[in-house]
Amino acid sequence: MTALAVAKTAKLYLGGAFVRSESGRVYRTEVAANIPRASRKDLREAVRAARAAQPGWARRAAYNRGQVLYRVAEMLEGRRREFVAVLGGGRGAGREVDAGLEALVYFAGAADKLSQLSGSVNDVAGPYFNFTVPEPVGVVALVAGERPALLGLVVPLAAALCGGNCVVALVAETAPLPGLLLGEVLATGDIPPGVVALLSGLRSELLPWVGSHRDLDAVDAVGCTPEQLTALEERAADSVMRVLPPGAAGAALRLSPQLAVRTLEMKTIWHPVGT
Amino acid sequence: MSAATARRPLPAEALLGVDQVGLEARAAMLASRSIKREAKLFALDLAIRCTDLTSLEGADTPGRVATLCTKAMHPAPLDPTIPPVAAVCVYPALAAVARDHLRCSPVRVAAVATGFPGGQAPFEGRLAEARAAAAVADEIDMVIDRGAFLAGRYGQVADEIAAVKAAVGGRHLKVILETGELGGYDNVRRASWLAMAAGADFIKTSTGKIQPAATLPVAVVMMEAIRDFAWATGRIIGLKPAGGIRTARQAITYLVAVNEVLGDDWLTPERFRLGASSLLNDVLMQIAKEHSGGYQSPDDFSDA
Amino acid sequence: MATSPPTTSATPDAAPAPRPGGGHGAEDRRPAGGRFTYAPAPEATDHLRLRDRYELFIDGQFRPPAAGEHRLSINPATEEPLAEVAEAGPEDVERAVAAAARAFRSWSRLPGGRRGRYLFRLARLIQERQRELAVVESLDGGKPIRESRDVDIPLVAQHFFYHAGWADKLDHAFPGAPWRPLGVCGQVIPWNFPLMMLAWKIAPALATGNTVVLKPAETTPLTALLFAELCQQAGLPDGVVNVVTGGGPVGAQLVRAPGVAKVAFTGSTAVGKEIQRALAGSGKRLSLELGGKAAHVVFDDAPMDQAVEGVINGIYFNQGHVCCAGSRLLLQESMAEPFLRRLTRRMARLRVGDPLDKNTDVGAINSREQLGRITELVASGVAQGARLYQPPCELPSRGFWFPPSLFTDVAPSHRIAREEIFGPVLAVLTFRTPAEAVERANNTRYGLSAGVWTQSGARILWMSQRMRAGVVWANTYNQFDAAAPFGGFRESGFGREGGVQGLAAYVERG
Repeated sequence: MTALAVAKTAKLYLGGAFVRSESGRVYRTEVAANIPRASRKDLREAVRAARAAQPGWARRAAYNRGQVLYRVAEMLEGRRREFVAVLGGGRGAGREVDAGLEALVYFAGAADKLSQLSGSVNDVAGPYFNFTVPEPVGVVALVAGERPALLGLVVPLAAALCGGNCVVALVAETAPLPGLLLGEVLATGDIPPGVVALLSGLRSELLPWVGSHRDLDAVDAVGCTPEQLTALEERAADSVMRVLPPGAAGAALRLSPQLAVRTLEMKTIWHPVGT
Repeated sequence: MSAATARRPLPAEALLGVDQVGLEARAAMLASRSIKREAKLFALDLAIRCTDLTSLEGADTPGRVATLCTKAMHPAPLDPTIPPVAAVCVYPALAAVARDHLRCSPVRVAAVATGFPGGQAPFEGRLAEARAAAAVADEIDMVIDRGAFLAGRYGQVADEIAAVKAAVGGRHLKVILETGELGGYDNVRRASWLAMAAGADFIKTSTGKIQPAATLPVAVVMMEAIRDFAWATGRIIGLKPAGGIRTARQAITYLVAVNEVLGDDWLTPERFRLGASSLLNDVLMQIAKEHSGGYQSPDDFSDA
Repeated sequence: MATSPPTTSATPDAAPAPRPGGGHGAEDRRPAGGRFTYAPAPEATDHLRLRDRYELFIDGQFRPPAAGEHRLSINPATEEPLAEVAEAGPEDVERAVAAAARAFRSWSRLPGGRRGRYLFRLARLIQERQRELAVVESLDGGKPIRESRDVDIPLVAQHFFYHAGWADKLDHAFPGAPWRPLGVCGQVIPWNFPLMMLAWKIAPALATGNTVVLKPAETTPLTALLFAELCQQAGLPDGVVNVVTGGGPVGAQLVRAPGVAKVAFTGSTAVGKEIQRALAGSGKRLSLELGGKAAHVVFDDAPMDQAVEGVINGIYFNQGHVCCAGSRLLLQESMAEPFLRRLTRRMARLRVGDPLDKNTDVGAINSREQLGRITELVASGVAQGARLYQPPCELPSRGFWFPPSLFTDVAPSHRIAREEIFGPVLAVLTFRTPAEAVERANNTRYGLSAGVWTQSGARILWMSQRMRAGVVWANTYNQFDAAAPFGGFRESGFGREGGVQGLAAYVERG
C-alpha cells in the first residue's frame, strides 16, 4: 500500500508569510483547483508591507541586493525539479527554469552597475558639481506575463528588485502555481519580508484597484492585454502613476539593464564648487 | 580672545561659513545694477565725499603730499558743486605735512600705522608708531598681523587691536584685514568679527600693496558682518574698501552694495570710505559727462 | 492684509546715528533727503521687430488659421496689446501634424551630423538676436529683463548648442541596442519660461530625428513665433517645426491627434493628469513635467546669507511662476528667528515693478487669471491663521502685480503649505532634526525639486538621498543647465529633460 501523498495548499505570499486570501475565496484554473483569489484588501496589505519595507531594501548596498538575488537563484536551482513539475514537466519546462535562473543571476550582477549604466556626471556651465543618480521608483505593481508563467514573473521581478524597488506582483491568472511557488524560493532566499508580494486572483477584479491605488509608484504592465492596459492607464492618471508598457513582443524577456533602468527615477544633484 | 571680547559670547551666526559661489553670484547681481542720471550723480557725489585720497609710496615727499591735499580740498577747482573728499591718507612721517595743509578744511588726516603694510615689526614698535601717528592724525589705519591670524593666534590679534585702540586715544581706528592674504571668505568673516569685537571703528579690506585688494564679494562679506555685529551688540562699525578701486563704475558698485546690504544709513563718510589714489579723476569725468552730455578727456582734470 | 514683519528687533536700517568721530570735521555731511533711489533704467525697445499680427507656423510658412480667428497677446505689466495671434482650430492642428509627419520621413533619415548643423545654426541665431528675444519675453510674460537676459535666453541657446552636439553621437548615447526616433511630437508648453520650455522640448526632439508641432501658452506665444522666424532663417526643412497658437483646446486637440506619436507636456498637474488619461491605450509615448511644492531645507549651520539669497531666488525668481520654486521653507528651529530677520529684510530690498527696468527683481504676474489664483490662496492662508508678511512696496496701478509674500505660523495642513501657488508666496515651517526635515519635505504628492543648505557634506548627501525629488539643489537653488537632467518624481511628472537621460524620452530602443 503506497502512502497517501500530502498535497500542497496554494497560498499567497504576503508580508513574508504564506497566507490564504483574507476573503477566504479560491478560484480554479484548467490545471489546478483552490487557487487563492486575492481580494482588494490583500492587495492593500501587500502595498502597505511593500511601502514599509521599501526604504530599507533601497538603502541596502547594491552589492548586498545583488547577493540576495543570487541567493534566490541558488534556492531556485535547488528546487528545479519541483518547478519543472509545476511547469508541466518536459524539456520546455526545464528550459524555462534555466531561463529564470539566468535572469536572476543576470540581475544579481546588475544591481551594482545601474548607477554607472544610467547615471552621469554632468558638465554644467557654471561652478557646480552636478551629477545624476538613479533611485528606485518605489513600490511597483507587476502584472506578470501569463505565458511563460514563471519567466514572465521572474524577469521583471528581478529587474525591479535589483534597483531597490519593492514589488507587488499579480502572478499569471491562468497558471498561478509557478508564481506562487516562487514565494518559497524568495522566502528562503533572504528577500526581506514585504519586499515582494505574490498574489493570485482574477485580473478583472484586481487591476482596477491597482490602477487607482495612490500609494503605488509604478505598474509594470508587461502581462496586460491591450484592453487591460487602457483601463489601467486611465486609472493610473489620477496619481500620475508610471505605467511601464508591455513593449514589443519578446522585448520584455530579453535580458538587458534597461529592464531595470525603467523602474528607476533619475535624481540630479547640484552643489557649488568653492573654497 | 581678550577679556574685552570674551565678555559677551558671540552669537551663533558669527562663526557661520560663507559659500563662495553664492556670495560671488550675489555680488555679481549687485554689480549689474544699472545706475543712471540723477541716481548716478548722487552716487558720484557721495563717492567723492567718502574718498580717502591716498598716497602710500616710498617716494612720497612733502611736495607730493601738498599736491594731494590741494586736490583733496578742491577736487575740481572750477566746479563749486564738487565737495572735498573725506580724508587724505598718508604714511605717519608725512601726516604732519598733511595736517598743515588741511588745517582749515573739513578734510581729515589719516595715517597708516602699525608696521604698514606687513604688520610684522615687533609689537612695541608698531604700538609706538600708532601712538605717534595719533598725535597728528585724526584717523589711524592699522594693519593686523595676518601671520598671527593664519596661525590661529586670534587672541593675539585681538589683543593687539585693543592695545592700539587704547594707544590712539579717541582717534578713529580703521583696522585693515588685508583680505587678499586671508585665504578665503570664511576667514574674512572671522577676521571682521574679531576686529570689530576688539574695538575697530572701521574695518578695511586692504593695504593696496597685495593683490587681490578690495573685491566686491569681500566687501559684501564684511558688510554682512557689520550688520550682524550691529544686531548683536548695538555698535555701529564702518567699512572701507581700499585698493584697486580706480573707476567711477567700481565706486558706484560699492555704494550699491552698501545700500542694499547695510542700508542707506551707511551711505555717509562716517560709516563708509573708499580708499583710493586714482579714483577721483574718473569720478569727476563721469560727473562732467552727466552734466555736459559728452565724453571727457583725462587731460582736462589735474593730477593729484 | 497684515504687513508686520515676523521679527521686531531693530535692524541696522534703524540703527542709532553714528557716534561722533575723533578729531576734526566730524560733522555728518550727508545731504538732506540723501536716499539712494535708483533712477529708471529701461531696456531699449527700439530694435524690436514685432508684427501686428502673427499667423500659424505650418510647413515652413506663416498661414492664417482656417477659421480666421485671432486673439490679442497683452503685456501683463501694462495690459496693453502687443500683437494679434492666430487661434488654431482642429483643421489647423491636423494640417500641422500632417506637415510634421511628411517632414519626418526625410528629417529622420538625415545623417545625425546634418541635423546637428541645423541645431547649431539655431543656437547661433538665438545668440545673435538674444537681446531682442529677451525683451519680447519680458514684454509678453512680465518677467524681469534681468532674468530673461541673463537666464532664459542664454539657456535657450545652450540647449540648442548642447543637443546639436548629440545628433551625431546617438549610437553612443544608447549603447547595447538600436534606437529610432518616434515620429511627430506634440508638445505643449507653459507661460512661465516660454522660449526656454520651447528649447527644452524642440532641441532634443529634433536632435533625435523627430519632428514637432508645438503649442505655446496662450498668454505668451510671441517668442515661439519669433523662433519660427529663426527656423526659416536657419533654412530648417519645412514641417520639421510647426507652431500652433491658441488656448487650451488647441493643446487638447494636439495631444489627441492620431498622427502624434509622442506627447510632451509641461504645465499643471491637473492638466497633466487629463492628458495621461486621454492618452490611455493610445500607445503614444508621454513625458510630463508638472507642478511642485518644493521643500527648501535650511539647517542651523548653513552659510546664512547665501541661504537667504537661495531662498529669495528660490521663490521670488520669475515671480514664483516656477514649477520647481522653493515654496515651502523648512527652517531648523534653532536659527529660525535670525534667519527670518535676514530674509524679511532682504525681501524689503526686492525691487518690484517694470519688467523692462534693468534693476527690477520681481516683475508682473503673468495674467489676471493667475493673479486671481494667487490672491485667493493668500487669502486662504490668512483665513486659516497663518501670519502674512509683505514688505512695503508700491505696485503700479495698471497691470497684474503681487508683492513678495511670506507666511509664518504655517501648519503643514494649511492650503498654502500643500497647494502649488505659482506665485511669489513663501510658506515657512520649522523642524528640529534632519529626520523631521525629511519627513516634512516628503509630505506632499509632488516630487519635482528640493533644496538643502548645510555646511556638512555628509548631511547633504544623507538629505539628498532621502528627499523625494528629481532635482536636489544643495547650497544653491534654481540652477538649470542643458546637460543636467530635470524632471520630477511622483505627481510632478515623469521623464527627464536635459542631459543624456533626457534624450531617452524621444527615442524607441531595442
